[in-house]
Order: sequence, then structure tokens, then C-alpha cells
Amino acid sequence: MQWDEFFVTGEPLIYGAMVSIALVSAAIMFTLFYFKKWGWLWREWLTTVDHKRIGIMYIISALAMLFRGGMDALMLRTQLAFPDMNFLSAQHYDEIFTTHGTIMIIFMAMPFLIGLMNIVVPLQIGARDVAFPYLNALSFWSFFFGAMLFNISFVIGGSPDAGWTSYTPLAGAAMNPGPGQNFYLLGLQLSGIGTLATGINFMVTIIKMRAPGMKMFQMPIFSWSTLVTSFIIVFAFPILTVALALMTIDRIFGSQFFTLTGEGMPMMWVNLFWMWGHPEVYIVVLPAFGIFSEIISTFARKQLFGYKAMVLSMIVIAGLSFLVWVHHFFTMGMGAFVNSVFSISTMLIAVPTGVKIFNWLGTLHKGRIQLTTPMLWSLAFIPSFVIGGVTGVMLGMAAADYQFHNSYFLVAHFHYVLISGTVFACFAGLVYWYPKMFGHKLNEKLGKLSLWFFVIGFHVCFFPQYFVGLDGMPRRVFTIMPEWMPLNVISTVGAFGMGAGFAIFVYSIYYSLRYNEREKTGDSWDGRTLEWATPTPVPFYNFATVPKVDGPDAFLAMKEKGETTFEEEKLEPIHMPSSTGQPIIMMSFMFIASFGLVFEWIWMAVAGLIAGIIMMAIRSFDYDDGFYVKVDEIKRTERKVRGL
Amino acid sequence: MKWLSLLPLGLILFLSGCSELAVLDPKGPVARSQKDLIMFSIIFMLLIIVVIFGLFTYMVVKYRDRPGRGNKDYDPNIHGNTKLEVVWTIIPLIIIIVLSVPNVQTLFELEKPPEKASDKEPLVIYATSADWKWFFSYPEQDIETVNYLHIPTDRAIEFRMSSADSMQALWIPVLGGQKYTMAGMETKLYLQADEPGVYKGRNANFNGEGFTKQTFEVYAESDETFSEWVKETQNNAPDLTQDKYNELLKPGLLNEMTFSSTHLQWVHHGMMEGRDYAIKRHRDEYKELLHLENGKGTGHHDK
Repeated sequence: MQWDEFFVTGEPLIYGAMVSIALVSAAIMFTLFYFKKWGWLWREWLTTVDHKRIGIMYIISALAMLFRGGMDALMLRTQLAFPDMNFLSAQHYDEIFTTHGTIMIIFMAMPFLIGLMNIVVPLQIGARDVAFPYLNALSFWSFFFGAMLFNISFVIGGSPDAGWTSYTPLAGAAMNPGPGQNFYLLGLQLSGIGTLATGINFMVTIIKMRAPGMKMFQMPIFSWSTLVTSFIIVFAFPILTVALALMTIDRIFGSQFFTLTGEGMPMMWVNLFWMWGHPEVYIVVLPAFGIFSEIISTFARKQLFGYKAMVLSMIVIAGLSFLVWVHHFFTMGMGAFVNSVFSISTMLIAVPTGVKIFNWLGTLHKGRIQLTTPMLWSLAFIPSFVIGGVTGVMLGMAAADYQFHNSYFLVAHFHYVLISGTVFACFAGLVYWYPKMFGHKLNEKLGKLSLWFFVIGFHVCFFPQYFVGLDGMPRRVFTIMPEWMPLNVISTVGAFGMGAGFAIFVYSIYYSLRYNEREKTGDSWDGRTLEWATPTPVPFYNFATVPKVDGPDAFLAMKEKGETTFEEEKLEPIHMPSSTGQPIIMMSFMFIASFGLVFEWIWMAVAGLIAGIIMMAIRSFDYDDGFYVKVDEIKRTERKVRGL
Repeated sequence: MKWLSLLPLGLILFLSGCSELAVLDPKGPVARSQKDLIMFSIIFMLLIIVVIFGLFTYMVVKYRDRPGRGNKDYDPNIHGNTKLEVVWTIIPLIIIIVLSVPNVQTLFELEKPPEKASDKEPLVIYATSADWKWFFSYPEQDIETVNYLHIPTDRAIEFRMSSADSMQALWIPVLGGQKYTMAGMETKLYLQADEPGVYKGRNANFNGEGFTKQTFEVYAESDETFSEWVKETQNNAPDLTQDKYNELLKPGLLNEMTFSSTHLQWVHHGMMEGRDYAIKRHRDEYKELLHLENGKGTGHHDK
């Protein structure tokens, strides 16, 4: 193999990216060596099994991916602003929209939410860690290495270019030779393993590890949304795993599952993909609903309105999410009856979703609404999501969908629901729980500024796309017709507005780190749920004494009764898991194996796989049961962080 | 709050501007029934939007924490209201039922030729998509066109669609919605034009580098003009030989072309036997890029 087949060449944009990757990596290495931080990084972060630190690593990675996916988006919008733009060629454009979609869903939205779950859920239910801390670290590193594998594709080997849905036969070996599509398959496969493990982990954590007395229907709503999401993950992800594996075998070993030749069934991929892909949409939206519910209740200073209806509607949505996948290919000629069934089941999702919207409005009713940054993100979500939701019902009407299908109307719809649902929630949740993570709030002024740029930019960007879609503009075209120009120019301006919002947000992190006041109490927003019952920074064992729960809004009740989570006379030694380097090492071997498969270097794949299996064997003979934190040490830590 | 009363006026102005949009400017009965359905749904959606936006504005303005509000209207312990929750479950359910009825009706109608033209048999056209062009075969007339289409007005067209390679979709927005074309399968789509004119059609499903340029023109014309065009083509256009057809199938872009015979005599890509016809012959062509750029790029593979 030649070097120019290994590295991507010929694109000035990509040379620029290569140089900046090299510079940033060198700067990080230099800093770590100069300040002698390697040991610290290894001990405190890379080998940690603490759910809070793993959560923080998830969120940092997700923010980096948001930056990458956002840069992709800006390049796409620049190319589409004017007819006959020559900024990107057709091939380069195809690669960029493929990576934009994949990264935003798989490597940004999901990890961001899983990061927040990691930080918050054990605290909210009064647990000291997740059920399987070692597995949790393994999950993170599998996501991390999967994301890295996918990301290097644009400088090494070439990016996938068949869209994030990668329909066969287009994505098969015959029409799409080369390593690009393999990066997609193995990047998703590697990180998918971790997601599945996370689903199992949180399912067990929430069912088995709630604080004494906390009944299922007294659990904070975000924990509920995490539980429902975990069920979706556990039922949906195996489908993706199988589908990806089949296509990988097709491409690398020449089988005929999804090919046009032999007995292949290309349409089976479309079915499998969406049987996972539709529930996936709710994997990234339900936790977001949970976040909004927490925030709206906190800052309206009221109990959540219709708590049981909120929970039940999430369960109904989760169930329906598995019954509607066919609406992604209404136009496949399945006949009127099949389309009618899936059309009606699709529209039915609007009912539980509507219940949630009205319940949020009910929560605002007779409240005392404080317009903090996280609350503003949550309030901005409601009208935006309603627009996305009603256009979703329009798309769900199969007879009308024949005209909307694969057009910009669809693009506008799913950006409306995914950005206002998920991205707003990520920002809202990060700002809301930031003091719990880092011991200080984010600057409110900068936060609001970034919000206005982002929210206004969002509407300016995506609202015109409904109309350009009705004018017959299909998605994924790399250049536009002159009659579509005015709306596309507006849309591009909006996209850059969102970019500015993100930049201000990142700046606010830096600014707040330097100038914002440190938190002392740990209860930054006068919260209602147990995560606010811990001091800040949260000790690694979370609760010195685990609270007893006998109602909803457990921390609010504790505050009223004057209880704390630090009762010196009740202290007992706490059992905690030990840090371990095994997860990162095991997953780096899996990374090597996957990289070998991408280039079809079987020797490398086999070597990596064997090393991975050896690591698993080592783990199975590992008798480290963790350690006990002594009462003295708990006392010392708690007194220090509580300023006693 | 006064500006809110301007909202309906603004919406009317806004929607009147929409008649320019292809999908909302139908030129045939199929697109018209889809447009009617879309407009019908928009009414309900606007209703929902007005109610929720109204409530939302009211809640946020009235219950925000402003100086001097005191404890008036503040009640932190309301935890639900079953009656209200039943109401806002049932009303959306009713809206969904109301929308489902015409939706399902239209779905069944779209599977048949439009009623208006039921006195005439539909004109059968085989539409075959290939990377990145369209072949339209008129078996009755024994004509094949590449990348353009002539159709008579006021007569249903029965498209029998398939693909020679990747999955694609035929979409002529002003005549009606799309359906996928797939190798080894035949999908049927009925469309009809009422007014003579030149309309835009395209592949709507992404299928690689030449996707954006995979468009075609539809010439809708009166029966006489159509018959004239048929006669002229039968007399003047060259025959389509199998070698020529294989050459045209190669991945790449093509100009408009006309032939006085169809490819259906050798291969029907919509049947199991025909579905790997193109792949067997042109597998190697996919390794090269088209290098498609605006103003530049040939659309042919460079070797």
C-alpha cells in the first residue's frame, strides 16, 4: 500500500485539518510532559471507575464531537448557500453529510446524555456508584475508541460517504469499495458495545440500588427517563450489532446478505437499520425530556405536574417507538394497508408527547418562574419542539409523506425535534448540573448570550427549510437550483448564528473557571432531588450516610426536616471499587483489531482480537474486590468539603 | 400582547406566498389530492400551535418571578389534575383520528389510476433508474428515452419502476409524490398531468456522487402533440442495441437521448433475474470517482 492511499490527499481543507490535528496533539503532549501530569492523568482519570469522572469524560468527548459535527454542518451550509458554489466537490460533500449525521447522533447526542446520566442518576437515587463500575469504565472507553476510529477516517483512508443510514446496496462492497464504509461499520460497532453495556448497567442500577425507602414512583423523573431509555437500548442495540456485523462480513469476507448479487436482500438492511434507528431517536429524546422536567420543576419552584402521567407517557412512547420503523420508507411500495397501519401508529406517538407538553405547561402554572440559563433553554424547547412535533405528524401521514419524503421538509423536521429536544437539553443539563461537577456555576450573562445566538440561529436556520422542501429540494444535494437560493442563504446565516452561540458557550466555560465564585453549599439552585444533598465537590463515595426516602422530591423533604447526608454517629466504613487500567487497555486492543478490519489487514485484526480476549481472561481471574473507606477518612473529607 | 392579533393576518400573507412552492402548486390530480391533505393537516397543526403558544406565553408572562409578586398565585404543591390530563389526552387522539380518515382514503386512492381519467387506459411507462440517469421505456410505442419524458395530459401514467443498481426514487413534485426504485423489484406509481407544461423530475433518494445531477424534464402535452412526438421518434431515432445500452448503463452522467426500441427486450431490472445485470458488468467502474464540481467535472470516469 502506498502512503497516498493511506492518508487522504488532494484537498486543501484536509491538509489544514491534518496540520491542526498535529499541532493540537503536540501542544497537549508538551503540556503533559512540561507539567509532569502523565501520572495524574493516568491515576485520576484514565483508570477511574468513578461514575462522576466517567460522566465528565463522556461530556468532554461529546463537546469535542459537537464541535466536529458543527464544523461539518457549517461547511455543508456554506456549500449550499448559493447555486453553483465550488467550496466542496460532490464527493467531499457526501462524506461530510455522512460524518455530520453519524457523529451528531452516535458520538455527540447519545454520549452527552449518557454522560449526564452517569453524573446524575446514582446521586439522584441515593446510590454510591452504578451497579457495575468496571463495566461502566469499559463502556466509556469503547465509546471513546469507537468515536476516534470513526473520526480519523477523514485523514486516514477516507470518510464513509453513503449517508448516516448507509443503505445497501449503495454502501456494499460493489458500489462503495475502499475503507470509508468500513470505518462507519466498525466505529459504530465498537461504540455500540459500550452503549449496550451502559443500558444494562443503568437498568440494574436503578432497579436495585435506590436509597432505602425510595419507591419506583418516587424516583426523580430524570432517573425514570434513564430507566426507560435503558430498556430501549437493551432491546434496540442488539439489532444494530447484528446488522453492522452482517454488512461487515459482506464487505470484508464477501458474503451476500445485503448484496444485489447472490441471494442478498438489500432491503433487509433498511428494515434492520430502522428497527434500531427509530427507537434510537427516543434514546436521545427521552432523557432530554427527563432533564427538562427536572429543570422546569426546579425553577418554577413547583412539584412536577402529573408525575405519573409523565412516567406513563414515556413508557408508552418507548413501546410505540418499536412499532413505527416502517415510516422511514413509506415510499417503498408496500401497499396502502401496511402504510395505513404504520401511519396511524406513528401519529399516535403525538398523543403521549402532547401529554408531556401540557404537563410541563401545568408545572409552570401557579409557579414562580426563575429565568436562569438552564430554565431559558428548557422554555425555548417547548415552542420549538411543538413546531417539530406537529410537522412530524404531517410526515406521519403516509399519503402526504410521498411528497415530503427525502426532502428538506424532513430535514427541517428532524433538526427541529433533535436540536430543540436533545441539544437544548444537553446545554440545559450541563449548565444546571455544572456546579455539581466542577464546584462553580457558569456565568449567567454569557450563558444567556450564547442561548439567544443559538436559539435564534436555530430557527433562522431550519424554519426556511420546511418551505424549500415544499418547493421540491431533496436532501443531500450538493448544490442548489437558483430558485432555492433566498431561503438557503437565510438558512446558512442561521447556521453561523448557532456556531457563534456554541463559541460563546465554550468561552463561558473558560471565563467561569477563572472568575466565577466557588460553590460552598452544594445546593446551587435550591434543588429538590438528592443530587443536591451532597457537598461540592462530591466525595468519591457520594453519600457519607445514605438518606432514607419516603416521598417525591426527597431532598426538599430533608431540607424541611433539617436532615443532612452527614450524620457523624451513623457513619460506617464504605465499600468502594478500585481503579483499574484494564478497561482502557482492553478497548485499545479492540481499537487495533477494528482498525485492522477497516483496512482488511487480517493479521492485525486477529492480533488485536487475541490481545483483547487475553485481557478478558485476565479480568476473569481478577479477585480485586475493592476496598473500604475508613470512618475517620469519611469524617475528615466531609468536614473539609462542608467547611465544618 | 397587541401584536399577537396580527398573527392570523401574517399567517394568511405567509401562506399566500406558498402557492409558488412546487408541492403546493399541483399540475395534476395526484399532487392535488396530496396538497389538499397537506393543507387539511396544516389547519389542525396551526390550531395546536396557537393553543400551545398561547398557553405558554400566558404561563411564562403571568407566573414569572418578578419583584413584588409575593405569594399571590403561588402554589408549589399542585401535583396534577386528572380531569385536565384526560382532556389533553383525548383531544389529540380525536385530531389523530380526524387526520387518519382522509389519510387512509388517499393512500388507497393512490394505488389506483386517478379517477378523472378512468375512461382511458393508463399509459404504461417503465422507469428505470441507474447511477446516475433515467431510462424511460414506452413498450406500447416501442420508444426509449434517456433523462427526459413525454407524457400526454389528462391521461393516467402508470410508471413501472425499478433500478439497475442502487436504490433510488422517482419524484416529480408538481405531479405527485415519489416512490423508490429498487433492483429486483417493481414498484408502481400513478401520476397524471392536467396542464401542458415542462416540469422537473429527479431522483430523490441519495445514491452517491452523481445524485444531485440525476434530474430529468417532463414534457406534458396534448394527445395530438404526444402522438406526433411518438411518430417522429419511431421514424427518426436510432435503435437501441444491447452494446449501446450496456455502455449507457455505466455509472456516470448522460445527456438526453432517444431510441426507437427499448431495453426491455434483454433485461427487466425489476425481476430477480435482472437485478445484478448492471453490477456484473460495471462493478469496476465504481472504484473511480466522477470528480463532480460545479462548472467543472465531466461526469465521466477519468482513467
